[in-house]
Parts: sequence; structure tokens; C-alpha cells
Amino acid sequence: MTVTENYALVEEAKRNEQAAQTIIEPSRGWVPLNLRELWQYRELLYFLTWRDVKVRYKQTALGAMWAIIQPFMTMVVFSLFFGRLAQVPSDGIPYPIFSYAALVPWTFFANGMSASANSLVGSQNLIKKVYFPRLVIPISTVFSGIIDFALAFIVLMGLMLYYGIMPTANIIWLPLLLLLAFITSLGVGLWLSAMNVEFRDIRYMVPFLVQFWMFATPIAYPSSLIENPVLRAIYGINPMTGVTEGFRWALLGTDTAPGAIVLVSALAAVVLFVSGLYYFRRMEKSFADVV
Amino acid sequence: MSDVAIRVEGLGKEYRIGARAEKYKTFRDSLTGMIGAPVQRIRNLVRGQRLATDRDESFWALKDISFEVQRGEVVGIIGRNGAGKSTLLKILSRITEPTVGRAMIYGRVGALLEVGTGFHPELTGRENIYLNAAILGMKRYEIDRKFDEIVAFAEIDKFIDTAVKHYSSGMGLRLGFAVAAHLEPEILIVDEVLAVGDAAFQQKCLGKMSDVAGEGRTVLFVSHNMTAVSNLCTSTVLLQSGKLVMNGPTHDVINFYTSALRTQTSTELHDRQDRNGNGAARFTKITLKNAQHKETDAILCGESFDIELDYESMGKTSLTNVSVSVIITNSLGDNLVCLWDQASNGGSLNVNLSKQGTLVCHINSMQLMPGNYFLTLNMTQGKQSADKIEYAAILSVIDNDFFGSGKLPPAHTGNFLMPNSWSYLTNRE
Repeated sequence: MTVTENYALVEEAKRNEQAAQTIIEPSRGWVPLNLRELWQYRELLYFLTWRDVKVRYKQTALGAMWAIIQPFMTMVVFSLFFGRLAQVPSDGIPYPIFSYAALVPWTFFANGMSASANSLVGSQNLIKKVYFPRLVIPISTVFSGIIDFALAFIVLMGLMLYYGIMPTANIIWLPLLLLLAFITSLGVGLWLSAMNVEFRDIRYMVPFLVQFWMFATPIAYPSSLIENPVLRAIYGINPMTGVTEGFRWALLGTDTAPGAIVLVSALAAVVLFVSGLYYFRRMEKSFADVV
Repeated sequence: MSDVAIRVEGLGKEYRIGARAEKYKTFRDSLTGMIGAPVQRIRNLVRGQRLATDRDESFWALKDISFEVQRGEVVGIIGRNGAGKSTLLKILSRITEPTVGRAMIYGRVGALLEVGTGFHPELTGRENIYLNAAILGMKRYEIDRKFDEIVAFAEIDKFIDTAVKHYSSGMGLRLGFAVAAHLEPEILIVDEVLAVGDAAFQQKCLGKMSDVAGEGRTVLFVSHNMTAVSNLCTSTVLLQSGKLVMNGPTHDVINFYTSALRTQTSTELHDRQDRNGNGAARFTKITLKNAQHKETDAILCGESFDIELDYESMGKTSLTNVSVSVIITNSLGDNLVCLWDQASNGGSLNVNLSKQGTLVCHINSMQLMPGNYFLTLNMTQGKQSADKIEYAAILSVIDNDFFGSGKLPPAHTGNFLMPNSWSYLTNRE
């Protein structure tokens, strides 16, 4: 960091301090999101994400290998049972890479969702002792999954190389599809984590939810099994449908042009995400008292 | 800009203490209750309401609190356990919301309710400094700038790259306090975090606190330790059962508080409501008897005396595995002596008591300096506290010829009297 940059930061901090005036009152009903405050706490967001990443594979023998083993072994099992035995179609693509291309974003989504659902309860010592926008907790939890995603993604590239599949030009859409998975994961995570504060039932519910959701998403099978294009678009109400089909389309060039599906998925994800934000903010005031 | 740093107006906080145990009359009722309750809960949840059924009992942890703190003032908050001190701090540091009223804070706030919040045992000291400081609201450039100071203050430079899980508990506390001490907010809110660590480190922390106070920053300081409050704070707020009782110069408030304790001790034990413990047994009466077995509230220095505690058990059966203690404190709340049956009667006692009776503690010799002291009573059953009453009685110690010389050391030169003798050895010339 240069001296002038540093100086600018100090100046900014001074301005913030002068403006600081806090009014503490009871809030009623729905609360504004106050994203500006969240932005002021971006460094905390960074540090909590960094902590999660650092700590995740401490004292494990295989370490970060786990990020790859999870989706990879699932792919092996799927290839054996669905690909070989059940002869599930795979849009003309070798089944292993067909399922793995969907498992990579799915694992990111599923791990982010279950980790963030338990994140508030897991951070109760923080919640009871320090103030900061509580949104930081589930957001940083989902963020920290990006590293795992990146590792699994490298293996995906290797597999594509092995099968001689070149990614299509549509690969430029991949970041947006990842964002879609992120928003969905966080959206569900926000709902579940806020509920989990009061109802620890959520903790037992999440594994089921992940399992059901996995089979409701075209991972082991293609969405082209649904032939009616309108029905297929409706299938996109499950936002992960758009994500997994989108990944296959962008990387492997499957021809189930995912336009309508992705649009419906994006819409569903935004609804889930925004409603999750508001629900979370509404419940936030009681977290420290109830958790 | 006005000179007010904190303004509190009519603040109150209501807590729900959960549903009372319901008594179902019939199996059908209990069955519908079993099915109905979760449905009701889910309905509430979806509507975003808390579990607020009419079965909930609630109580006001704080009620109608108003006061102002001027910029640069160091204000103490005192009061007994459960007076609402912590709740007030939690509201002012925005951890929890008030139920009514409001507070305005002008300036950047740093709140310290615990030492080492968010420390992760797997991370190194260095990493935890950054993490903890970020959690407390420090910016990264601030942490970079103060890093060396923090490490020096914590006295852990050799272990800075060791995982915190390998630290001794003292090292962890020192590191936590070191980070906290380098917060530079305009307004600092501190809970009793100083009551940790060894005596030398506590002194260092108190020193740091008075430095902070001397720099003209606003400090709100909650403590049980009257000595610390009277040393640090210019004015003090006294809370009692959630209400603000007094707000003024520290000296006056502490005097009022200790004299209020005295009137409290005149209440019969039987009627005292301010007690802790599960209530399996309760102290009902305390009697002091002097060497002549006369009832009294004043004991002479050097005299032997008895403390008699009447108790009754709330259960139907007798009490098993009981242990009792009496703690003698001074008016500032410092513990001076602990009379504990397990220690004085021997190790693994398993005392069983009948439903009702009297416990007698005999003390061979009163070795406290003349003055007024308070007694805290404690009864535990197994590992659970059955009854605890702070400031249960006053104990006056009266001048007496302790040494047989007609003299005692001057007042305020110590707390205790110990039998001693002097010899005068002169060098031969």
C-alpha cells in the first residue's frame, strides 16, 4: 500500500468517525436491508471468509483433497449406477463428465447452503458479544466455498481434456451461472439460518433437503428427459436446474439451449434471495436474545 | 457538535422467559396440544413473529432508564447481579434491541463485553490478532500500524506464530486484552473484562484503562469492583432490579449503594427475594453469637464467635450431599474470608441434612480489623447451587485489646490482625 493510499484511507476513516451518530431504537416489522452498513463491514466479511478457508481442512490428513473427493466420488457412483446400470441418457456426452460438470456447481451450492444454515448457531459466541451486521456470517460462509469450487473446477478441466472436449465460447457466461448458484445457496441459507436460531429442527432437516433437492435437479439425468419445452422451462423454478444445465451448455456444448430455463431459474433465485434477505433482517433483532 | 456522547431516553428491555409447563387435562387435550403447537409455531415463523404465545411469561430486565454521558466523561455502572447492567451494555453496543425508548450515541463506539471474542484455536496468534481486531471493528491499516504494540503488550512475541490452542489460558487472555486495549474508539463500552488473568496483568489492564480515560475519551465501565470504579470513574449510575436508582458523582453513589446494602441486610432472610440458586433449600435466618453465646451483631477483635444459619428444605425428603459456605466481604464487594465446611471439616464430606435445622460455624478468633463487613451465604447440593444470598447480614467488628497491649494498628493500614511479636536484635559493638 502506498503512502498516499494509506493517507486517503485515514482521511476516509476520519470522515466516517465525524459522521458517526447511532440511534438505537426498537424496530417494528420489516426492516430496511441497510446494505451501506454491510459495505462498511466488508473487511470483517473478508476476515471471516479467510478464517473459514484457513480452518476448513485443519487437522485433516487429506486436507484440501476433500474438495475434490466429494464431487469426484459422487460422479464415480453415479456413472456406475445411473450411467452403466440404468443407462440414463446423457445428451450424447460421456456420462462421467456429464454428471461431474453438474456436480461441481451442485457441491458448491449444497455445501454453502448447509454450512450457512448452521452458521448463526455456530457463531453464537460472536452474536452475543459483538455487534456487526449479522448478514456477514452466512455470506462469508457461502463465500468460503469458492475455494473448494475452484479446486473441483480444475479437476473438471482435466476431465474435459481427458475426454477431448473443448469448452464452447459460451464459457464467458460461467461467472454469471456461478453467481446464480451463489445467490440460490445464500438465499436458502438466509432463510434456514434465521429459522435455525429459534428452531434447531432445521439442523436435522438440512441433510434431507439436500438429498431431495439433489434428485430434483438434473445432475444424474438431463433435463431433456422432459420433452415439452414449456414444461422444461417451468422446471427451471428450481434455480439449480438453470445452474447445472447452464454449466453443461457453457462447457460441454449440450444443445438443450438453456435460455428459458436459466431465465426462470434466475427469477426464482432472485425471489428466494431477496425474500431471504428481508426475512433475515426481520429476525435479526432477536438473534442475540434467542440463540 | 454538542457535548453529549451518549443520551439514553426511557430505555426498557423486556425478556420472555418461555412458556410455563402446561398441565394437560386429558389425553385428547395433550394430543391436540402436541399437534397444534408445532402448527402454531410454524405459522408464527412464517409470519416472522417470535414464539409469542400467551403462555409466555415476561419480565423487564430494564425499565425506564434515562441518563446522559458527556464527551470525555468516564462513567461507572454499578448494581447487584441481575440489576440490568449487562442488558444496558448490550443495548448500547447494539447487540440486542431495546423494547421501548431510545438511545443516541455520538461517535464511533467500541464495545468490549468479553476478552478474545472470536478467537479461533486453530489459528496462530498473529492470525487471531487480525481476526479479533476486525471483529471488534478495527480497520486493517489500523491493525497493521498497531500490530507490534499489541504483541509487546501481550508479552507473547515468541509464540506469535503458534496456534492459540497451544497457549496457556493466561496467554490467551493477555492476547485478547492486548487487542482490545488498542481499540481507539471515541466511546468505549467495557464490561467486567478486567476480572481476568493474574494480579499483575490486572494491574496492567487497569493502568491501560486509566490511560484511556486520561486521553479524554468517553468510557462506560460496568463493574462489581467498587475499588476500580471509584478509581476510574468520575460519575456513576446505580441500577437496581432494572431501574436507575441514582446517577451522580461516584463517591456519593458508592456511599449510597453501600448504605443501601446495610438497610437491605436488616430484611429478614426469610423474606429476601434477591437470592440465587435452584431453591432446593433456603436459608431462613442468620444469627451471630458472641463468645458468651449471646445474640449480637457486633463481635470484638480476637473474640471467638458463632454464625448460626437456619435453613429449610423445600423438597419432601432430607438433603443429601450438601456443602455450605459463608464469605466475608468488605463494603466495596471484595472477598476477604471464605468459611467453607468442605475445607475446614475435611475433604470428601458427604453431609446429609434433615428437612429443617441449623448450621453452626464456629470461629476461634475474630482476626479482622475493626469496621463493617458483609456476609454472603452459599449452599450447594452436589454441583448445583441451592441458595445464595449476597449481603445477607452485616458483621460489625469492634475495637478490642487484640494484642493485650491496649493498642491496635491505625485504621486503613490493613484488613486483618495477626498475632505477632517483635524481637529487637542489636549488633554487638
